[in-house]
Amino acid sequence: MGGGSAASLPPGVNAAVPMQDIMPPVKPKKGVIGFLRRNPTIAIGGFLVLLMVCIAIFAPFLFTKDPTALAPALRTREPSARFWFGSDMLGRDIYSRVLYGARVSLTVGFAVAICASAIGLFIGLVSGFIRVADSIIMRIMDGMMSIPSILLAIALMALTRGSVGNVVLAITVAEIPRVSRLVRGVVLSLREQPYVDAAVASGTRTPMIIIRHILPNTLAPLTVQATYICASAMITEAILSFIGAGTPPIIPSWGNIMAEGRALWQVKPYIVFFPAIFLSITVLAVNLLGDGLRDALDPRMAKRL
Amino acid sequence: MFAYVVRRVLATIPVMAIVALFVFSLLYIAPGDPAAVIAGDQATPDDVERIRASLGLDRPYLVRFGAWVWDIMRGDLGVSIFTNLPVSTMIRQRIEPTLSLMVVTLILAVSIAVPMGVVAAWRQGTWIDRAVMAFAVLGFSVPVFVVGYVLAYFFALEWDLLPVQGYTPFARGFWPWLENLILPAIALGSVYIALIARITRATMLEVLQQDYIRTARAKGLNQGGILFLHALKNAAVPIITVIGIGIALLIGGAVVTESVFAIPGLGRLTVDAILRRDYPVIQGVVLLFSFVYVLVNLAIDLAYTLFDPRIRY
Repeated sequence: MGGGSAASLPPGVNAAVPMQDIMPPVKPKKGVIGFLRRNPTIAIGGFLVLLMVCIAIFAPFLFTKDPTALAPALRTREPSARFWFGSDMLGRDIYSRVLYGARVSLTVGFAVAICASAIGLFIGLVSGFIRVADSIIMRIMDGMMSIPSILLAIALMALTRGSVGNVVLAITVAEIPRVSRLVRGVVLSLREQPYVDAAVASGTRTPMIIIRHILPNTLAPLTVQATYICASAMITEAILSFIGAGTPPIIPSWGNIMAEGRALWQVKPYIVFFPAIFLSITVLAVNLLGDGLRDALDPRMAKRL
Repeated sequence: MFAYVVRRVLATIPVMAIVALFVFSLLYIAPGDPAAVIAGDQATPDDVERIRASLGLDRPYLVRFGAWVWDIMRGDLGVSIFTNLPVSTMIRQRIEPTLSLMVVTLILAVSIAVPMGVVAAWRQGTWIDRAVMAFAVLGFSVPVFVVGYVLAYFFALEWDLLPVQGYTPFARGFWPWLENLILPAIALGSVYIALIARITRATMLEVLQQDYIRTARAKGLNQGGILFLHALKNAAVPIITVIGIGIALLIGGAVVTESVFAIPGLGRLTVDAILRRDYPVIQGVVLLFSFVYVLVNLAIDLAYTLFDPRIRY
């Protein structure tokens, strides 16, 4: 607050607030187009995410072949008109496998984001409102957070068969502590707000306070967190599959394609590079979307980071 | 001060206990019967039962947990199902490459990321700042094995500057050791650099607005001195905190980096153990990494006073 230029001005003249902050320079355009124009990161990130979702949904119609069809005579072909991204050591078409792989990555990313947010929201609310539960829950969360999340997911995957469902479960468990901590933090600070006191004083019941006053305010930070979780879940899925603890090898996921190309990568680098590029672009898109949402939903935070 | 140290050290005990309970439960509910595995194919059900009793596997959950914790305190992490070697021996054999990789990454990342963040904050809004922020987003988005393969492809295969894969023990000389670790360290460090650079920039932006910085400028101190001596010192606490938290990223990333660069460390050990379902080994590695993580962050918490004498407990 103690801004430098204010010191030399006579008292009462507030130089800390320049005019353009008080009066909007241009009338902001309304509607979706205006919003996207003001938030280019959301526009770019959102566009790329939508593109990937479309690729995943319409994979069968995008000139793909059966991603699991073997053609031993046509092993490890370089990218060509027949195999756009080349073929792997079993003669499978990498272009088709990469496009179908988008399904696995996006499913895992979105499913983990939704599950971890929902469960984390619940735990965070309980923890923020019930004092007795708080210390126990937070000790457990601290313990879980001290196991590096990839290791926790690896350990959980070692217990179960590899399947998309189990991958989602393992990554979700590893992400829950962070969401719970976030929600609990928001709840604790909101509980001190005068309007919550006012609601309590006027006899509003606790469930109603949660629904009407607490939940809507957790939504913005939770949405931002969910996008980051989605991005990191997609990376974790690829890592798990890459080291052989993720989706079963028969499912074409980006991590699996890279794992299969690992042995040959020095001579046939394209097997690893195409899924790597798709994975990187998708994660980048989701992260951009998250950054854009953070800036749009929480201007105070945006100034700091 | 002393009371704070004691309190902080005591506070890590429940955390470690929960980690231990979690990791123990992992083995407890793991599929497969260790007694049957040890007894072999020819064993009768009676033999299996006898082995189970001799291993104490028939005792209740909490009794077994207590015995297991007691073993760990004496440094006994159990025996690998696959190699029949003690897990502690296997870990000792593999710890040097992983430790080397992490130390090199840590030094590299901090010495790149902190100046990056400082310069970005100093030149806020310019192309340098934008470039650093863009790099940070990229660092968060490009997975460690992708960075690893791209680096290895260009620097090792195409330009032949550094070895493609492998590890040379430190005992065989500093340069051969370092040479093998440069590419893995950059790959592993990319996320870490992004994280540290971002926090450094954010903290420095706040510090640079304070009055004493203006005073230093008015006195005519040179810019570098102000940035790195006056400002960075006061921005140290959040930066060091995030360096500690980020070690979790290093640990997770090391597992993958070691696979990409064929480094025979704990990460390889973990991956091999998963493929073989060697639960005692998985358990030992997860436990070790988690405890290291907790202890590093404890040490950082205790070290705050060194960086910021204003903090008094």
